Amino acid sequence: MIKKSISDLLKEHPFFASLPANYIEFIAGCGRNAVYEAGAYLGREGDPADVFFIIRSGLIGIESYAPDEGPITVQTMTAGNVVGWSWIVPPYRWQFDARALETTRVVALDGKCLRAKCEEEPLMGYQLMKAFAAEITGRFRANRLQLLDLYGRAQK
Amino acid sequence: MTGRDSVDGLWAPQALRIANKVQESTDVFSFELELEQSFDIRPGQFNMLYAFGKGEVPISMSAGPPTTTRLVHTIRNVGKITTDICAREPGEEIELRGPFGNTWPLESALGGDVVIVAGGIGLAPMRPVIQALLANLEQYRRISVVCGARSPYELIFREDVEEWSARRDLDFHATVDIAPRGWTGTVGVVTSVIEQLSFEPQRTTVMTCGPEIMMRFTADAFCDRGVPAESIFLSMERNMKCAVGFCGHCMYGPHIICRDGPVFRYSRLRDLLHIREL
Repeated sequence: MIKKSISDLLKEHPFFASLPANYIEFIAGCGRNAVYEAGAYLGREGDPADVFFIIRSGLIGIESYAPDEGPITVQTMTAGNVVGWSWIVPPYRWQFDARALETTRVVALDGKCLRAKCEEEPLMGYQLMKAFAAEITGRFRANRLQLLDLYGRAQK
Repeated sequence: MTGRDSVDGLWAPQALRIANKVQESTDVFSFELELEQSFDIRPGQFNMLYAFGKGEVPISMSAGPPTTTRLVHTIRNVGKITTDICAREPGEEIELRGPFGNTWPLESALGGDVVIVAGGIGLAPMRPVIQALLANLEQYRRISVVCGARSPYELIFREDVEEWSARRDLDFHATVDIAPRGWTGTVGVVTSVIEQLSFEPQRTTVMTCGPEIMMRFTADAFCDRGVPAESIFLSMERNMKCAVGFCGHCMYGPHIICRDGPVFRYSRLRDLLHIREL
């Protein structure tokens, strides 16, 4: 079996579809493969957000912990999604928990390393921010639809 | 009786005995009705169910293919008519007339990919379609079903959902908006799942039923992925009275839902769906 490089994995991922190959090569230098078993945390609310994840396979729950209820899943992420954007925004701390709900394979990208590269190469940084803006917009749209509680309403 | 062939079937309700009643969720019930003669109703079509002195409601068939002895309707208890009907028990009767309306495009979808997206009680009209697709799997390329609910407790047809989830020949996804502790499935709106589906856009037929806002976002999500608006079908709902296109209560722009629908191509509705107060 041919082992794919990090840049190969990033090139195959829809999140990086809009980025030129040379930028992906540059970004790949900050990445590593990782596997999380079911129940393992990829990030915890309040912890430093020095990494974000490109999901290759599996399922990740975006959760918040309530003392009386335990973890409450607000959204799940799967292959093709990106988890974590707190690495871009000060104070660089996770806003929610991210926990593997089944065995999950990811490319973990070092946020500190990437922030430095974005400063060094602003055009690449702008392209990456545009990709994140699209991801964040899609996530907000989905959350807003969730808030509408569509199925709970009486259909007239 | 063969529905449209009989004038009585269109105007005069017939009383059918309830053979079985299943509580699907807190406020959703399925009624299995006994038939004395065959009843030619196809996936997508609906009957007008009658509560004496209160009125009628249009309810789609929710199991198929049509059998000679049983007709199944799944009803959500949301108003005075449905409250009356949902309170009935096996041995009692439900009055109905029909069938009315057009059908889901099962034949034009032959040979291609098919994606079903159902939200909430919208799974009821889609179940006969899923059953028909599964009965003829070899005639389609890839079949995907996305089923959304407010929470796992409000997911209807749980036995079917479990069976569909376990099948390897069906790409099935159930997703909920609110996940209780212990739920390990997908959380999020149906449009989030659409991003994950594999299909060939130009050879795909999409059929969706659910709240209108959900269908609008769903249709747009498929258009974004390259599926032509002509290949996306929605089941519309409006306040129907006569069910045969005479009274005009269910007018929707130039369309009369009961007569021209309830199943419409998105290309015919897209502009209308963005007009407020319509």
